Amino acid sequence: MKELIEKYWLYFLVGQYPHGPLGGLTLTLLLAAAGLLLALPLGVLLGIARLSAYRWLRWPVTALVMTVRGTPLLMVVFWAYFFLPSVTGVKTNQFSTMLIALVLFDGAYLAEIVRAGILGVPRGQAEAARSLGLGASGALRFVVLPQALRSMLPSLVNQFASSIKETSLGYIIGLQEVSFIASQINNLELTKPMPIYLMLAGTYFLLCFGLSRLAFWLDRSLSVARLSRAAAVRTA
Amino acid sequence: MAHFDLSLLLTGQYREWLLAGLRLSLELTAIALVLALPLAVTVALMRLSPVRFLRAIGLSFVEGIRNVPLLVHMLFWYFGAPELLPESLRQRLNEGNFEALSAIVALTLYTAAYMSEDIRSGVRAIPTVQLEAGRALGFGYLASMRLIVLPQAVRIIVPPLISQTLNLWKNTSIATVIGVGELMYQAAKVEAASFRSAEAFSFATISYLSVSLIITGIAAWYQHRHPLRTA
Repeated sequence: MKELIEKYWLYFLVGQYPHGPLGGLTLTLLLAAAGLLLALPLGVLLGIARLSAYRWLRWPVTALVMTVRGTPLLMVVFWAYFFLPSVTGVKTNQFSTMLIALVLFDGAYLAEIVRAGILGVPRGQAEAARSLGLGASGALRFVVLPQALRSMLPSLVNQFASSIKETSLGYIIGLQEVSFIASQINNLELTKPMPIYLMLAGTYFLLCFGLSRLAFWLDRSLSVARLSRAAAVRTA
Repeated sequence: MAHFDLSLLLTGQYREWLLAGLRLSLELTAIALVLALPLAVTVALMRLSPVRFLRAIGLSFVEGIRNVPLLVHMLFWYFGAPELLPESLRQRLNEGNFEALSAIVALTLYTAAYMSEDIRSGVRAIPTVQLEAGRALGFGYLASMRLIVLPQAVRIIVPPLISQTLNLWKNTSIATVIGVGELMYQAAKVEAASFRSAEAFSFATISYLSVSLIITGIAAWYQHRHPLRTA
């Protein structure tokens, strides 16, 4: 085990970089972060559209979200990998392919988190904003969304952990992320699959478990803050 | 791009490949579900148990499995685990369908970890006085759980378990990495043989969606039929 780590730690962390493309754990984290950052605005837009008063907007978006949630991520990856280039005529590399698939897939999941977050803000907030003279979009932007997004923070941290796990599917289209690199190491060594895959699992575990603890802590401190604010309002 | 021609898939070997894939995906889901449910109940009871040691085992199982991607589970059971088995057993396994076996082990453990959390939170939603009343009437811990708490918790537990079954159905697609001939694998095989990516992937997507819709429908039916009782 020790020997394996000494021999391959750099390859595991960054892939062939700087003598080749960036890979390994760095690429996994980069992809998960970029995927989540880009999926977030998409998720907010889709989530709002799911609650829109206009049917022509609400129905197609609902259908899109339901379709994506009913298909495996791998299916989305395959569509992006095999089909997208033949439609657009542009051959995208594995990183962009995986990024597109992740943004679409996580966008649909985030849409439901955003929708739940907006529905979780008491109706009185929107009504108060409207009666103060804000329009429907103003009420959403200045009053409802800020509260909804804050309550979503723990879910977002959990979503980041899910994204890290999801990037492992890049393995299938040959993206040099950490699972792929681990398999490469396994192919080089041939005789030690057990410690190599255990180390890979341990790496994911540390990252995702750490993030889920962070989400738990955030959730608790946010609800404590909310309770103490409510208490302050009551005593005032 | 050539025009879209689904009839290509309705005849000959392509149709057989795809249907065989669909059947295997459904079988994987069914087998993993049947194996995961009792395991999930056991783990959930361990996590709720008054014995500290059992709680620790349950927690390690759940966190250890949930925080590692399913793909890595598959790679581990397929490439890593056989190393620990004795040579004779390994040979016997290799003669059978070892890919599918590894996939079932990975899917079962992964699904059980998620399901046990749903079961645990469903049980915790039942007021503890129910358990205490059972104990006070002379039932043991397991008997009070089985006869008093679990029957009440079922209504809360079933809907999330159905949505975990939906996840299980979608997760079977990952078995493609270790070469299990399920739906995704067969769709890719048809794509490689015919260069008709749109048709092959449409078939797979529609199949995944249809089964997902059926599972969602069952969930809606259950919630309509057995609504949550509010005290």
